[in-house]
Amino acid sequence: MKRIIVCLKQAIDVSQLKVDPPTRQLMTASAPRKMSDFDKNALEEAIKIKEKLGATEICTVTLSSEDAKAVLREGLAMGADKAFLVNDPAVKDVDTLGTAYVLAEAIRKIGEFSLILCGETSLDSFSGLVGPRLAELLNLPQITSARKITVDGDTVTVERTLEDAVEAVKAKMPALVSVTREINQPRIPSLMMIMRASKKEIVMWALSDLKLEGDKIASKIELVEVLAPKTERKKIKITGENVQEIADKLAKALVQEGVIRR
Amino acid sequence: MNENRGVWVFSDKYDLALEILGKAREIADKLQAELSAVLIGHNVQDKAMEMIRCGADKIYLADDQALESFQAERYLSVLYHLAASFKPEIMLIGSTKNGKPLAARLATRLGAGCVPDCTRLSLDEQKRLVGERMTYGGNAIAKLTFKTKPQIATVPARAFEKPEPKDRNGQLVKVDVKIEEPKTEIVETKSLETSNVRIEDAEVIVSVGRGLEKKEDKALLEKLAAVLSGQVGSSRPLVEDRKWFSEWIGLSGHKVKPKLYIACGISGVIQHVAGIRDSKVIVAINKDPEAPIFEVADFGVVGDLYEVLPALTEAIKKQLQ
Repeated sequence: MKRIIVCLKQAIDVSQLKVDPPTRQLMTASAPRKMSDFDKNALEEAIKIKEKLGATEICTVTLSSEDAKAVLREGLAMGADKAFLVNDPAVKDVDTLGTAYVLAEAIRKIGEFSLILCGETSLDSFSGLVGPRLAELLNLPQITSARKITVDGDTVTVERTLEDAVEAVKAKMPALVSVTREINQPRIPSLMMIMRASKKEIVMWALSDLKLEGDKIASKIELVEVLAPKTERKKIKITGENVQEIADKLAKALVQEGVIRR
Repeated sequence: MNENRGVWVFSDKYDLALEILGKAREIADKLQAELSAVLIGHNVQDKAMEMIRCGADKIYLADDQALESFQAERYLSVLYHLAASFKPEIMLIGSTKNGKPLAARLATRLGAGCVPDCTRLSLDEQKRLVGERMTYGGNAIAKLTFKTKPQIATVPARAFEKPEPKDRNGQLVKVDVKIEEPKTEIVETKSLETSNVRIEDAEVIVSVGRGLEKKEDKALLEKLAAVLSGQVGSSRPLVEDRKWFSEWIGLSGHKVKPKLYIACGISGVIQHVAGIRDSKVIVAINKDPEAPIFEVADFGVVGDLYEVLPALTEAIKKQLQ
């Protein structure tokens, strides 16, 4: 088993994202960041594979600003061996294609690998495009929606959940697999693991290290606006002397709304 | 870049392709462009007629035994070959578990941008495609457009209504392309035991969250759902943590838009709300008066679901008599 590469994203912690109600603007700048949940599942899976098969190196890679080092440190504490951070002032407006270009070049530079593991989608943008785009750029077999991964020799077998079926899919490695949150329960690193991880290496690369230019990765997408949705709900609290009265009032209100057919 | 013309639709789920065709017809009319559907499979020619009746002017039919069921590289090679040859301006692809990664790879091969999971589509003043999608875990709606062509967007099920079929004429173009060898092998397919009724189709949903104390207490919800001819749903914790349900409603699960959504013992985290936002009327029943679900509900009852549900079931029975 050669290397396992895990793509990580430092995402906005959407559960702590605040909205400015009058303008419906999102206060993204002040929102805390964390490792995207799905990516944490991908890393956990990589560690499990390593624990079972041994003799492999887990490398994490991210395209982000320098403060993403915290996320990489957390990954190293969980059990990754080495982390790579691509950071460049030329990376401003980058879409899923640009991100995939950068990750593809970074992975080529890292060296030979057997598996690339990604989260199915990211916690904040929820696109789910980078994994398949990366597989396409690296000309790899791609298996999405993984809920179970088994590595045997040079073959990876994946159980994936579809809308109406569960499929078992096999591919020769190297391959790219993107995982769902069902696949495992990521470990929480102990203090000891965190201490040990501080000695592990985070390699920093700029675009020039990857022989990439800003133009090549420029976004093909333009953001028109991003706003909190309008909540046009009535917000009527139904109260009464007792539960019967409340239930009767609610039932009548629902009939009046026309959502219960007599 | 100006040479790209026409609007195309493809989905590996046939019903979804028809839904998208309705919206795509509107867009094609505004662009005064041709609307084409790509039909991939084996012995599927009979479907072409219905696609034309649902709005397509032209059907590109790739019919081959190797295309009988979905396989990423095979389907990708057909779509890529067609798109590279005929250069559509807009491609709308069904955002299924297989369709979205397919769109991503197609966009990559074409060097194109892709906006996934658009629940609304329109054109701006420059006649560029604008897609609206939920982002930031349901906290926001983003409007996105494209700087280059083709403009590729994916569209989830139920975002648009299937159009009324009309008597129309269209053209069937049989295509014969070199099908790429697959890089993956499907070893086994097990159908999931889902009830035939899909939660997305329910007009009324009675849904429950952490407020449910025991699995058996589902009966309380089932009784109310039965009176309303609705279905029972759940939030994510009851699936992931307690395993009492197999599927959840929310951003990462099923997105629903019933006429009536009754949330019982659901706190209303943003990811759940994102899955129910388009419901016509939302009712919240929760013990905690501070629960965020009340902020997105039309009617709120502060109370114990164990008391409110039986009373509400009886009250609705009375109304229906």
